[in-house]
Amino acid sequence: MTTIFDVAGSAVSAQSQRLNVVASNLANADTVAGPDGKAYKARQVVFTTELMGARGALGPEASAGVRVSTVTEDNTPGRRMHDPKNPAADGDGYVTYSNVNAVEEMVNMISASRSYQNNVEVMNTAKTLLLKTLQMGS
Amino acid sequence: MINRLSDPLDFQAQALSLRSERQRLIASNIANADTPGYVARDFDFARALRDATSSQALASGGGAAARANAVLRYGAASQTSLDNNSVDMDRERAAFAENTVKFEATLRFINGSVRTMLDAMKSHNQG
Repeated sequence: MTTIFDVAGSAVSAQSQRLNVVASNLANADTVAGPDGKAYKARQVVFTTELMGARGALGPEASAGVRVSTVTEDNTPGRRMHDPKNPAADGDGYVTYSNVNAVEEMVNMISASRSYQNNVEVMNTAKTLLLKTLQMGS
Repeated sequence: MINRLSDPLDFQAQALSLRSERQRLIASNIANADTPGYVARDFDFARALRDATSSQALASGGGAAARANAVLRYGAASQTSLDNNSVDMDRERAAFAENTVKFEATLRFINGSVRTMLDAMKSHNQG
């Protein structure tokens, strides 16, 4: 039963990392390319299952936590706008912005926040049950 | 003789331990709701409890061995998704709530039989 805290804890930490990436993407939604011509690229986390705790009657595969395996970069070209007065403009007068899609990021944020809440609730329920188990027989 | 005191508790103890296993399994499903390729798992509680408390399982040193054989089943996705994840959050939440209530019920059964036994042990002039 205590493995539940490991499982839900790993999920909460993975979701918070996802939220962190969403925050950096949204913060950089309007950044322009630097002198090297490369703008910020949107990042996405990739989750993978992590088996934890060899104990338990059903074997180790019964408790599956989550971890972030990689953070991938979105390689689609960034938005380009014609703005010759901008100091960041290139020779043709185009400014390259980052390729962050703000709508996608907002959806991602809500999804991460809901998953986070679900896992916190799992932990709260497990805590209540364990406390009641401790009082068994009284 | 002492069996008479512990036998009724044995059954509930097996049930409680299986409930806790199931709770862990559902927690894993909820944790992996966003993991690509993850397949939701569950087991048939009634069958696992029957296996764990059958007379032959109890004869061979408790139901732990029988419990180890409880078959994990893979849940089919109720709606297909592009990342092959088959966790249905509504179903998992419902199963989690159900399991929580039944875990508490088992705890109450245990407390009840403990209290019954303690009452039976008391002498009548002890109050």
